[in-house]
Amino acid sequence: MAEKIIYAMYDDDDVLKDGAKKLVAKGVKVSEVFSPFPIHGIDPIIGVQNTRLGIMAFLYAITGTMLATIAMRYFMVTDWPMNIGGKPNNTYLDNILAFIPVTFEFTVLCAAHGMALTYFLRNKILPGLPASNPDPRTTDDRFVMEFRMSENSKFTEEELTSLIQTTGYVELDQKEVK
Amino acid sequence: MHKEAAIREPLILGHKTYTDITADVCKPIEDKAPKMWYVLFSIALIIGLYGVGCIAYLIGTGIGVWGLNKTIGWAWDITNFVWWVGIGHAGTLISAVLLLFRQKWRMAINRSAEAMTIFAVFMAGIFPMIHMGRIWLAYWVVPIPNQFGSLWVNFNSPLLWDVFAISTYLSVSVVFWYIGLIPDFATLRDRVKRPIPKKMYSILSFGWSGRAKNWNRFEMVSLILAGLATPLVFSVHSIVSFDFATSVIPGWHTTIFPPYFVAGAVFSGFAMVQTLMLVMRKAMRLEAYIHTRHVEYMNIVIMVTGSIVGTAYITELFISWYSGVEYEAYAFINRFSGPYWWAYWSMMTCNVISPQLMWIRPLRRSLLFTFIISIVVNIGMWFERYVIIVSSIHRDYLPSSWSMHYPSHIDLGVYVGTIGLFFVFFLLFARFFPVLPIAELKTILKSSGESYKNAPDTHGHDGHGEGNHNTNNH
Repeated sequence: MAEKIIYAMYDDDDVLKDGAKKLVAKGVKVSEVFSPFPIHGIDPIIGVQNTRLGIMAFLYAITGTMLATIAMRYFMVTDWPMNIGGKPNNTYLDNILAFIPVTFEFTVLCAAHGMALTYFLRNKILPGLPASNPDPRTTDDRFVMEFRMSENSKFTEEELTSLIQTTGYVELDQKEVK
Repeated sequence: MHKEAAIREPLILGHKTYTDITADVCKPIEDKAPKMWYVLFSIALIIGLYGVGCIAYLIGTGIGVWGLNKTIGWAWDITNFVWWVGIGHAGTLISAVLLLFRQKWRMAINRSAEAMTIFAVFMAGIFPMIHMGRIWLAYWVVPIPNQFGSLWVNFNSPLLWDVFAISTYLSVSVVFWYIGLIPDFATLRDRVKRPIPKKMYSILSFGWSGRAKNWNRFEMVSLILAGLATPLVFSVHSIVSFDFATSVIPGWHTTIFPPYFVAGAVFSGFAMVQTLMLVMRKAMRLEAYIHTRHVEYMNIVIMVTGSIVGTAYITELFISWYSGVEYEAYAFINRFSGPYWWAYWSMMTCNVISPQLMWIRPLRRSLLFTFIISIVVNIGMWFERYVIIVSSIHRDYLPSSWSMHYPSHIDLGVYVGTIGLFFVFFLLFARFFPVLPIAELKTILKSSGESYKNAPDTHGHDGHGEGNHNTNNH
């Protein structure tokens, strides 16, 4: 089924933000916003949930802490208890101070790389993937709001267009997608 | 939007618009490279290749070709390693610590400072690797199951901590840098016309589209990476200092080493950033984005860290006497009055006296003066490491084995070669990568750009819609 998408282009982030606020108040669903830089405060207006990547980072971090602890305990206590100057590693706790630096580094390593990888996958950005911004200018100085007709079924196309008209856009475009 | 006091100097000079920022940063990439770039690149490449040749000779022959002897088993290799790691501390500090403190001036310098960090850490990594002698066995530093029975690397050793610290630091810095680069590569992808660069930037930009949710995640990832990288920066140079501080050599086993080394690293790193930025802003016509105010901020950091380093030198000296340990005391008396007095006093002049001149406002706002001091500081910081390392071990407990260190031409070649390679990488970066964070600069344009700041109604744009902007919507 073909779907109609309306793109409204703005040349200022504040104009777009005010426009979005006005439209949302009238019950319009802003499906997506494309911008060349983060527009602060747009997320709650158009209903974008805050990311949970922070929680993921924490989970990756404690995974790193645990892996480092388990591995070092095995290497230095179980498999080959190293005895340096009569100070053997009888238990992990005996010598834990020496293991702190590596534990910390490995925690950071896992948290940073785990989070970066999740970020790439969740954003669907990977080397070679095609870009999906509607206009090349949205990575320069233009800001685009996307309205999917399927998400705005209570308005007709004309009604929606006339509402968008009040927001001070600079260009209006529409596209059919399958 | 964050409101900034009108009295504060604008960070972006001139009447820039969003598209001006894009054009200004992309112009050097889209234009033909100037002749000077080719000249500098060729010089750097020749020096770098000479260094590679020296390294090849070193690996083929053995580390006997260095000027080491039985007493001085560690000299230029570790000096250069610590020097490069130190330089590699500014980038992540600028991007991480200053991000956490919401310092907007970091936007002008973070991209190239991070690039510099990464290349400097590459150069640092070369030294421990070639110092192993049999570089093809370098993977032995990794705890992997092996054919020698239960033989693991020693997790009690600071040298192994270093392996983890440096590799984590390098890889996390690369990730941090690249995540910031992706939106800017997308800008370039949508701008360039020629097919091959378009294809390249398209691959490099990972298909970034700038959706609201993408930016939401981008900001979160930047914040968390900054939070992770901040303790990382401090841990890395602390661990480097443990290489010395956990030993039993008078002059090395000093408890103040970790903070002292970290301050020294930031000190030398910012000096290197100044050296590079002052040339780059001119060559690439970025004077509107990196101007006197930015230079002044960095000079203040240099002044503060330089003072910390100076305090540490004097504390060390005092404690060596106050401790009552005659070996400790001798190590320091020998340091400033022994055969290496010239290295010690070069270090003191370059690192303690020169940053104090930054208290004088006209001097710290003078670009020429800053450029000279930045080079002086890096020379001084090289001497610092040389003094700590060589002067502490060249006269040990047994006077019959006292010795001096004379670098061989291979020592010199490897060191100069890494400087050449560093500039090869940096020049390539400046030619093909956006040297300023385009997207991030646009976020501060309205709060810190000259045209917006000085407009009486604080809102520079006009015409479209009803621009009823309240200043307290974040």
